[in-house]
Amino acid sequence: MTEQQALYKYSLRLGDNALILSARLSEWCSNAPFLEEDLAVTNMALDLIGRAQAMLKYAGEVDGNSKTEDDLAYRRGERDYYNNLIMELPNGDFAYTMVRQLFVSTFELFFYEELQKSTDATLAAIAAKTLKEVKYHHLHAKDWVIRLGDGTEESNRRVQQAVNQLWMYTGELFEMDGTDALLMKDGIAVNAEHLKMGWIQMVTQILALANIELPADGYMQSGSRMGIHTEHLGHILSEMQYLQRAYPDATW
Amino acid sequence: MTADNQLDVWEVFMQSKPGANYIHAGSIHASDKQMALQNARDTYCRRGEGTSIWVVPSSAIVASNPEDNGMFFDPANDKIYRHPTFYVMPEGAKAI
Repeated sequence: MTEQQALYKYSLRLGDNALILSARLSEWCSNAPFLEEDLAVTNMALDLIGRAQAMLKYAGEVDGNSKTEDDLAYRRGERDYYNNLIMELPNGDFAYTMVRQLFVSTFELFFYEELQKSTDATLAAIAAKTLKEVKYHHLHAKDWVIRLGDGTEESNRRVQQAVNQLWMYTGELFEMDGTDALLMKDGIAVNAEHLKMGWIQMVTQILALANIELPADGYMQSGSRMGIHTEHLGHILSEMQYLQRAYPDATW
Repeated sequence: MTADNQLDVWEVFMQSKPGANYIHAGSIHASDKQMALQNARDTYCRRGEGTSIWVVPSSAIVASNPEDNGMFFDPANDKIYRHPTFYVMPEGAKAI
């Protein structure tokens, strides 16, 4: 693997995470618990679309085969997607979506803080912009998890259930492979494993405020680094890519 | 009409740029201060409309009663001498 190939894959991974989570959050549009929250969740989805666009555009530039961000989003099959599995999981109930958002945003808070210092100027610039958005996503998700966890018996039960179910998908956030190792040598990539302690500490604190028990560390799901996904990604892509697949190069 | 059961109502005031007046933007629902501020931001500040937000519980606002309009507002109508229209305004003071 050359550094160029690694950087391509790294940017794809970051773009795919944003794109697929955005697709999931968008499903709340007109379905959120109340109007204001509908706007809040779709606002986050739009932030993520912007990030996906920037990352995939950069991936296309690095690749050098004149692929646009749209080519990469709409014309790759699921085995060529590298988003973490947690992004593609169905939304579940509102508590489930907010717990996932908390887990992901907390990770991204640490991750993009570090990526800002990347020696790759484009990644560093996207990271600086992303960090502001992520801080808000984190705040919003944290407040909801505490509010629901420390709320009624039912809301507490739903948050606890979401935490238990999602826990096994959190390990993958910190996974690293040859791509990361190669890019870390030149200070381009973030050492994700180093972020784990901070993440655990922050999540533990927030869940304590929410009266939620931290699950015991057990089996962790894995696969996205190799393009291996849950059955859910294919369904997202079939909906998202339908138009481009059925009518390639369609324009308005 | 069904009762409004979607949390408490808050009024949102927004400042478009530093130093400008806070202007009523609308109202939102929220169960607490933090949620009110976030919902106000998400509802009224999505397109760069503001640089600062106030949220106030609607229940904390005291409004004048339309029945009192005569007593409250009419006496000001016919007293032209209350307005500083008899002075030559200095140049540059356009917004008085």
